Amino acid sequence: MSISPSVQATPEARELSVIFNRADRIFRRIVTAGALTSLILLGLIGTFLFVRSAQIFNDRGLKFITGSNWTAGSGDGIIPDDFSIGPMLTGTILVSVIALVISMPLAIGGALFVEFYATPKVRRVLTTLLDLAAAIPSLIFGIWGVVFFSSYGERWSDLLNSRFGWLPFIKVQNEVFGRSPFVAGCVLASLITPIITSVSREVFSRTPRDLVDTCYALGGTRWGAIKTVVLPFGKSGVIGGAMLGLGRALGETVAVYLLLNIVFRYNFRILESEGGNIASLIALKFGEATEYELKALVAAGFVLFLLTLVVNMVAASIVERSTRRR
Amino acid sequence: MSQTVQTSVTSVDGEQGEPKVVRGLEAKNIHAWFGKHHVLKDVSLRFPERTVTGLIGPSGCGKSTFIRLLNRMHEFIPGAAMAGQVLQDGHDIYSPEVDAAAIRLKVGMVFQKPNPFPAMNIRENVLSGIKLAHLKVADHDAIVESCLTRAGLWKEVKDRLTATGGSLSGGQQQRLCIARSLAVEPSVLLMDEPCSALDPGSTLRIEETIKELVEKIAVVIVTHNMQQAARVSDFCAFFLADGGPGYLVEADATKKLFTNPSDTRTADYVQGKFG
Repeated sequence: MSISPSVQATPEARELSVIFNRADRIFRRIVTAGALTSLILLGLIGTFLFVRSAQIFNDRGLKFITGSNWTAGSGDGIIPDDFSIGPMLTGTILVSVIALVISMPLAIGGALFVEFYATPKVRRVLTTLLDLAAAIPSLIFGIWGVVFFSSYGERWSDLLNSRFGWLPFIKVQNEVFGRSPFVAGCVLASLITPIITSVSREVFSRTPRDLVDTCYALGGTRWGAIKTVVLPFGKSGVIGGAMLGLGRALGETVAVYLLLNIVFRYNFRILESEGGNIASLIALKFGEATEYELKALVAAGFVLFLLTLVVNMVAASIVERSTRRR
Repeated sequence: MSQTVQTSVTSVDGEQGEPKVVRGLEAKNIHAWFGKHHVLKDVSLRFPERTVTGLIGPSGCGKSTFIRLLNRMHEFIPGAAMAGQVLQDGHDIYSPEVDAAAIRLKVGMVFQKPNPFPAMNIRENVLSGIKLAHLKVADHDAIVESCLTRAGLWKEVKDRLTATGGSLSGGQQQRLCIARSLAVEPSVLLMDEPCSALDPGSTLRIEETIKELVEKIAVVIVTHNMQQAARVSDFCAFFLADGGPGYLVEADATKKLFTNPSDTRTADYVQGKFG
């Protein structure tokens, strides 16, 4: 683009070669293999699910996702098969969102308490307990949730309904509480709160000490330091933790299976005793499914798989954006 | 080993007689521990108003611990304990009824590493202390301008007050941190090796800033750089820890301490024979 003839052309950037020694080469192969394995597994799972369910998407197209019926046909063609997962898909999202809304304040509050208000001794004990709770199998939570929340959940639901019944998504048609998406959300919340708390606490504890000190040195209180430094610093990590929890909630099977009356109807009223999610649908129908129905279930699994992928990708981009701004 | 910086006046307790009465900050027989570890032994020092006091001494002799005791930052370290008194205008800042946050407003602090709040722009950084301490202020713009001016940064940043603090150079960031400390109007500013992460040019700017600050407030600066102590401070205190807890060897007017110290260890240290 230059007008004047270039006498001394800018030299090309030189190629820089790297020599790995033997130990480096071997280690490099091991870690590369590790990284590839998870990618390949993900690809294989996706492919398997898609291949096994291709016929369903072919037969039913978008209706598989939007329709609200799950009827096995009579086999002779008089009553046709009609499989679609609309209400289960929305139910999955609904229950997970309820769980997240309940657990986020608990988790962030808990993490801040452990990191900034608890005495060192209490902090050590709580940290261990939290990490332990994050590893408890969801079945345990499911059983406990059924016992605990079927009584308390009813009372809370009643209270919610009488105070906030004017909100369209809280209003109920008949006042029978329990076994509602709200109760299932409560159980899921108690299931995912430990992991979100654990991750948040870890992130909060990484806040640069001198920034926190600066807040105190400026006459700030603990809460001031948390608001000014800790929360902005930990934001992306907390989002990451929330996504871990959300991923667990989206795929949660047993707790929802035990708690919800699986009803194939679009339901956005969180106190209504009906609902379901994809994972619980699969658990419910898998045992007695016909060959075609099995394919439909695999297709449902494929949708769930995609949903988690999308959620994780969105989360990753949120995290990236919030860290890049800094 | 308790000595007091020599000043013209010895009375404290807020008596206001002649105009040169020392109000300011005074440490009396300070000890400090981390757990069972005794790190500071019987240090007494006075910091008169409108003076710069340099704290010098080899690493690990308790200088930083000492200045963190002066604005009650010491207690944030788990296991930290102290004995003795720190008097601000004659009042013990460690009395049970004293609000530590209020003390820190009066005795500000600048840290070793420049650390503007990353989520805030330059203007917000300057005003952050006011927000943190819930101070009522009429004119925010005036405060931003006066603090940045006193910190010697106004001319460089006045056209980009909304840029993040991180976009500044290291030296500018440190001056921003100084401006941030000034916004809550402290009467003493503690500086813990404020230039150790900066290049010589930026260091010089900070030193000029310190000389201007001292027209209004007292500055206490910890430094490993003896030339710096000689350049900026009016008084100097030499700390040492030979195996045990750190203690104050000698405190005097800077000129005297550097040219004619009373202790041979001070002489050896300022001449660079150890440390």
